[in-house]
Amino acid sequence: MAEFFINGFLVFLLAVIAIVAIQSIKVFSTVMLAGAYSLISAIIFVSLDAVDVAFTEAAVGAGLSTVLYIAAMKHLPKREKVVNDNTFFALVVCLVVGCLLVWASFDLPQIGDPMAPIHQHVGPYYITNTKTDMGIPNLVTGVLASYRGYDTLGETVVIFTAGLGVLLLLGDGRNNRDENE
Amino acid sequence: MNDDPILRVCTKIIVGPIILFGLYVQFHGDYGPGGGFQAGVIVAAGFILHSLIFGLKEGRKLVSEKINLIIMILGVLLYGGVGLISLYFDTEYLNYSILAHEAKHGQHIGILLIEFGVGLTVAGVMLILFHLFSSWKGDSK
Repeated sequence: MAEFFINGFLVFLLAVIAIVAIQSIKVFSTVMLAGAYSLISAIIFVSLDAVDVAFTEAAVGAGLSTVLYIAAMKHLPKREKVVNDNTFFALVVCLVVGCLLVWASFDLPQIGDPMAPIHQHVGPYYITNTKTDMGIPNLVTGVLASYRGYDTLGETVVIFTAGLGVLLLLGDGRNNRDENE
Repeated sequence: MNDDPILRVCTKIIVGPIILFGLYVQFHGDYGPGGGFQAGVIVAAGFILHSLIFGLKEGRKLVSEKINLIIMILGVLLYGGVGLISLYFDTEYLNYSILAHEAKHGQHIGILLIEFGVGLTVAGVMLILFHLFSSWKGDSK
């Protein structure tokens, strides 16, 4: 029961932060609220026992993206332009899709249900064999680094490529770089 | 660049522990939560904090753009290179079991090495992203 209230409170906080972030017209407060949103999601991941995901969310979502947004903010005006377009259609689409997603979520298995399809595939193999294959207690690292080594290699190359892409876009012409700062 | 003495002193105190914590997350990733990706982000965050407070120029004195690029590239090469070692010893690509006399030990070494590669690349990319975004003057030319 306590868990229900904690999760409910966290989801409520998420909703409040999201609404305030959309409403706010100051770019800086929107950026900070986005960071707070990530931090609350990280807490939800902890309560779901997904510490590795929570760690990543806190470090990347709440920490680095906020800093990168602040760095990018220098090139933006301080306040958002207020647009008064007709947003009725967008609201209807969001509501319909939201209702569909909630409806679909009734078919999902219970959280932690061992008979759920996702726990019947390769999961049991990893759980029984990580200790004997690698002798390390963190299953997530075992799966990421060894069983799914190819995927992680691809992931690393993707990050590297993203860095190269930004370097080529923003870093090529030496003349539009601020060398004195 | 920030002249507030409180921020400057606090930054000086806290940057070291942040990087140390990053290294802990890096090399303790097989036993606790964490791993190369998170560690890279944390180490980069330490350097970014330094650049935020003491200015980009000071930050580039610490890690020049060239070294930053080399770190990025080294990470991917280390990861791919470990795979090549497995190929050389006639096993599957990225099969770490041959890295030591005992398969379990080899796996452990392999995981440490590739996680370090991931950490290097992530830290390098995050740092270069920050520096590029902050030093970009816009396309007003």
